[in-house]
Amino acid sequence: MDTTKVAKTNATTAATAQKPNRAGAVAGWADERLGLATAMKKNLRKVFPDHWSFMLGEIALWSFVVLLLTGVFLTLWFTPSMGEVQYNGSYDQLRGIHMSEAYASSLRLSFDVRGGLLMRQMHHWAAMLFVASMMVHLLRVWFTGAYRKPRELNWVIGCLLLILGTLEGFTGYSLPDDLLSGTGIRAADGFVKATPVVGTYMSFFMFGGEFPGESIIPRLYIVHVLLIPGLLLALIGAHMLLLVYHKHTQWPGPGRTEKNVVGFPMLPVYAAKAGGFFFIVFGVTALMGALLTINPVWKYGPYDPSKVTAGSQPDWYMGWPDGALRIMPGLETHIWGITISWNVMLPILILPVVMFTILLLLPFLDAWITGDKRDHHLLERPRNAPTRTALMVALMTMYGLFWIAGGNDIIAIKLHASINQITYFLRVAVFVGPVIAFVVTRRWCISLQRKDNDTLLHGYETGIIMRSAEGGYTERHLPLPASRAYSMAARDRDPVLDGHDVDEVDANGIPAPTGGRLAALRHRLRTVWYADNVQKPTPAELEEGHHHAEHEHELQAPVEGHAADGHQFDGHHLVEDEHLRSH
Amino acid sequence: MTESHDHAHELVNVPDDAVVNDLYANPGIPEHQWRPTDVDPKAEKRAERQVAALFGLSALCTILLLVSYFVFDIGDDPDVVGGLGASNLFLGLSLAGALLFLGIGIIQWARKLMADHEIVEDRHPAASSTEDREATIAALNAGLEESGIGRRPLVRNSLLGAVGLLGLPAVVLLRDLGPTPNQVKNSGDYPGAGIEHTLWKKGMRVVRDVVGTPIRPGDLEIGDLVNAEPEAIFNGGADGEPLEGVALQIGKSKGAVVVVRMEPDEITPGKGRENWSVDGIVCYSKICTHVGCPISLYERTTHHLLCPCHQSTFDLADSAKVVFGPAARPLPQLPLEVDDEGYLVASDAFDEPVGPSFWERG
Repeated sequence: MDTTKVAKTNATTAATAQKPNRAGAVAGWADERLGLATAMKKNLRKVFPDHWSFMLGEIALWSFVVLLLTGVFLTLWFTPSMGEVQYNGSYDQLRGIHMSEAYASSLRLSFDVRGGLLMRQMHHWAAMLFVASMMVHLLRVWFTGAYRKPRELNWVIGCLLLILGTLEGFTGYSLPDDLLSGTGIRAADGFVKATPVVGTYMSFFMFGGEFPGESIIPRLYIVHVLLIPGLLLALIGAHMLLLVYHKHTQWPGPGRTEKNVVGFPMLPVYAAKAGGFFFIVFGVTALMGALLTINPVWKYGPYDPSKVTAGSQPDWYMGWPDGALRIMPGLETHIWGITISWNVMLPILILPVVMFTILLLLPFLDAWITGDKRDHHLLERPRNAPTRTALMVALMTMYGLFWIAGGNDIIAIKLHASINQITYFLRVAVFVGPVIAFVVTRRWCISLQRKDNDTLLHGYETGIIMRSAEGGYTERHLPLPASRAYSMAARDRDPVLDGHDVDEVDANGIPAPTGGRLAALRHRLRTVWYADNVQKPTPAELEEGHHHAEHEHELQAPVEGHAADGHQFDGHHLVEDEHLRSH
Repeated sequence: MTESHDHAHELVNVPDDAVVNDLYANPGIPEHQWRPTDVDPKAEKRAERQVAALFGLSALCTILLLVSYFVFDIGDDPDVVGGLGASNLFLGLSLAGALLFLGIGIIQWARKLMADHEIVEDRHPAASSTEDREATIAALNAGLEESGIGRRPLVRNSLLGAVGLLGLPAVVLLRDLGPTPNQVKNSGDYPGAGIEHTLWKKGMRVVRDVVGTPIRPGDLEIGDLVNAEPEAIFNGGADGEPLEGVALQIGKSKGAVVVVRMEPDEITPGKGRENWSVDGIVCYSKICTHVGCPISLYERTTHHLLCPCHQSTFDLADSAKVVFGPAARPLPQLPLEVDDEGYLVASDAFDEPVGPSFWERG
């Protein structure tokens, strides 16, 4: 019985309910004004599943917060102006040199503001972490099938975040107006000018006249500190809201199904772990800022359009289109008094757009080919979707080869190789490499599927070699623990393709009229998608496998109870009823 | 985006449990294992002390950070420790310590002391319940019906037209971002204005980059490469002042050249360019015809000039033709002669635009 409301005294004032604790009081005050209790009721103890790979997106989130914090610090001193000044700061080697205010204020931040260099380096390292963790997070989401319905739109938002993050990086490292970043803008001017019809106009509008002018730095600055960060913030907000609404995907396992989510509550465990992880990401960037020099603009000198340094390269995430640009043959069409620069247009203006469009459409492509319209909340192991895994590995290979091409000069120097031959090799490799990667990955996945089946049917390898009475040797297999076996077997069977598309069969089982060329293409793709996949054992096969194992056990019966070899205690199964050899 | 689903609104459009795993029955969530800190008060105390110690270390690092801020100088001597700068190093390390110890402490707290019971929560479909959806669609249809947007194409189409037209100002208002190429060419705001023009003209001295001294043919030995500029960079401003600011940057971005001397018989002059060299001295635009990087990596035995940005390689003995890389056109050549005082001058301007290709270049 609730006794708190019972009067405790005989005084004349009315009895009141026991005072709530302090957190409750604050929550009450807020709820009377904001009415958040209804929304918070479920969310405060919202369950998040645990897995190390779910941390990758978190790195991206926290490094973005670090970028905001360090970026605000930098804006307090940085002057986004191309006005010419004479440098009179602390850095001896450049004193007296004429340079833009942007470069001079970058030097001031590095040498005359305490903690300025640290913040600059942390900002740059956090930007690297931001883009890198987004990419690895994207790979995790793809390889585990987490992008499937109902999460396709969050994939699209994630892709937009990736491209915006990349642009944010480019606009950011262009701001100091040093020789390296100016060279990057110089090349960007060349890209813009290669645009058909309107190229020169776009270039003149961008630079406020002829390159380099004095408008580009202030314009890039406002894009860098307001426009793109605003979009990033909004999209990150949407990304997180959808994450909360859909609830996080989880790995299949004991007690974990498509219809539930198992893990720790947001308050306190997940809030503490995620909050603590923010400080760890922040701390690691501080460590990098302290120990690892990045973008030492004072060594490059101010931008001068008649100078360049050897080994000029963009930041790593811009490397792959730069690589495509390097290995592209010099094709240009001169016709009817116009010039079409295929050598710039194809690798820089068209290829990235095509690649990005493919990336955006991947979930929809997958859904269209497989025809799978169900919701998916359980993740799949990469091996259990060989074509999906191989597709991304092929794209990664292509990316990697373009990226290598972006460093062909450095590779030539470090490996004492011919830059010409590296370039000729890569021209072919960017097309052949992905195909090889696709085939190898696919077969690799299928082999792993076979191995899983063997483990399910015959148990795991114990490493114990048995000698039979006849002198033959066999390795002893033991069944997996129930939870491991359950997790391993928790996957869908591929749909049966018997020549007819499942969708194209009407209620009476009569094949519908073929849907034309598109349907035929889809059917062919679907056949390829599932081709050669190994299905998990059927219940009958499993039954037989276990029967076989029992038979084997009988053969080995004489040694049962004498297994004092220690292998029972390898952590793979329970040992409660097993005893060490007593004789 | 709160969840207003009733419990009857079940998740149906997912693979069935029995399909996902038709081999084994779900063994259910494993039994909770107690941690030492749950059952042993000593371990619990120890963990508590560990967490507090980590927070203490964090605080200590924050104090170190403040001390470092005031103790270490920056400025003239930034390379005190290990080439990193003592201030940067100690500020960074103490900040890292303050943050990392805090983070590790909080996570240690979560792992050792906070409850570690796994909780099960039901999922709900992303889609709304059928009733909700039908009600919403009905409301949407009612709204659209009442607006009459479907029945009054005149209103609808004129609205679409008017709104669509509003996109134009969004583009047109950006017009003044910059002048058009033609406006720049005709403005003459600065010497050599316009994408087709440079500072070079007949009689302009070829002077050394940075210092601005003129060059005599005899100053160059065979194999030499000199980075040069038009003299106007140094005297082209009003009253013969050096150019500065935007005019200087634009002048350099188009006017920079390389001057190379080689054996005269090694040169294969281009058609109509037989008299463009002086005693084996040739002059080419330094701006790459690919995307515009300045080029100056010269290999004297092969006469090859390599662009450090994308490795386009030009043969300076053969009209700077492309021998390797993504560039599609030779570097423009500047015709040379010697003036009355014996210095190298341009005998004419470039006969084509320098730098990267563009649509109307021809």
